[in-house]
Amino acid sequence: MTIPLLAIGPEPLELGRVAAALDANAGSNAGSDGAVVTFLGLVRNHNVGRRVRYLEYEAYEPLALKAFERISAEIGERWPDARLALHHRIGRLDVGEASVAIAARSPHRGNAYAACRYAIERVKQIAPIWKREYFDGGDMWIEGATADPDDQRARAEAERIACA
Amino acid sequence: MRVTVRLFARLRDIAGAAELARDLAPGSTIGSVWRELAGEFPALADYERSISSAVNADYARMDHVLRDGDEVAFLPPVSGG
Repeated sequence: MTIPLLAIGPEPLELGRVAAALDANAGSNAGSDGAVVTFLGLVRNHNVGRRVRYLEYEAYEPLALKAFERISAEIGERWPDARLALHHRIGRLDVGEASVAIAARSPHRGNAYAACRYAIERVKQIAPIWKREYFDGGDMWIEGATADPDDQRARAEAERIACA
Repeated sequence: MRVTVRLFARLRDIAGAAELARDLAPGSTIGSVWRELAGEFPALADYERSISSAVNADYARMDHVLRDGDEVAFLPPVSGG
């Protein structure tokens, strides 16, 4: 079965699978790539002094997929030789489980590293996904950035971090 | 005309529903739906400056004019990753 480049769903994530999605889509570029950089985001057992028991993720799935497509297109503009695969998990995730798996592939390592870092920064800015934290003593929705894909300052900040 | 409103994360908790149906006057915007909801559920007003909105699963601005059958979504600040 073909592994999708971009996906969101309840299935457990695997780095090998997200990297393999790029292999399968490499086509005639297959031999010209010299680097794959991967990122796996994990559920931590602590957050700002709270002891985290588990997280519950929810998403507006169709819009999340479009946000991933947008991030992939932005990477294509900024690093034209880099390609992205990104899988995000939703539902209940226990400490130590992976919430997001990203792979970026390019002829050279520099662009693969930058594209991978850019992707996770942009997910945190514009993907309509939320985590609810269950910790010792209570639970709360975590609220980060106001999602605005047209905010050029946010995009520039993600690029700055990616290239630091 | 009638639209479906989708609420996520804490907005859903505040309203007590993930999905609401609303009858609107022609020419209504996303902003007018939001103001009506904030009147109904005062705790939503805290999100006035931090929400995003979407129509039919595309980001859209508050002045976007709605059509019959649209799905409007209100999104609190995101925390994926």
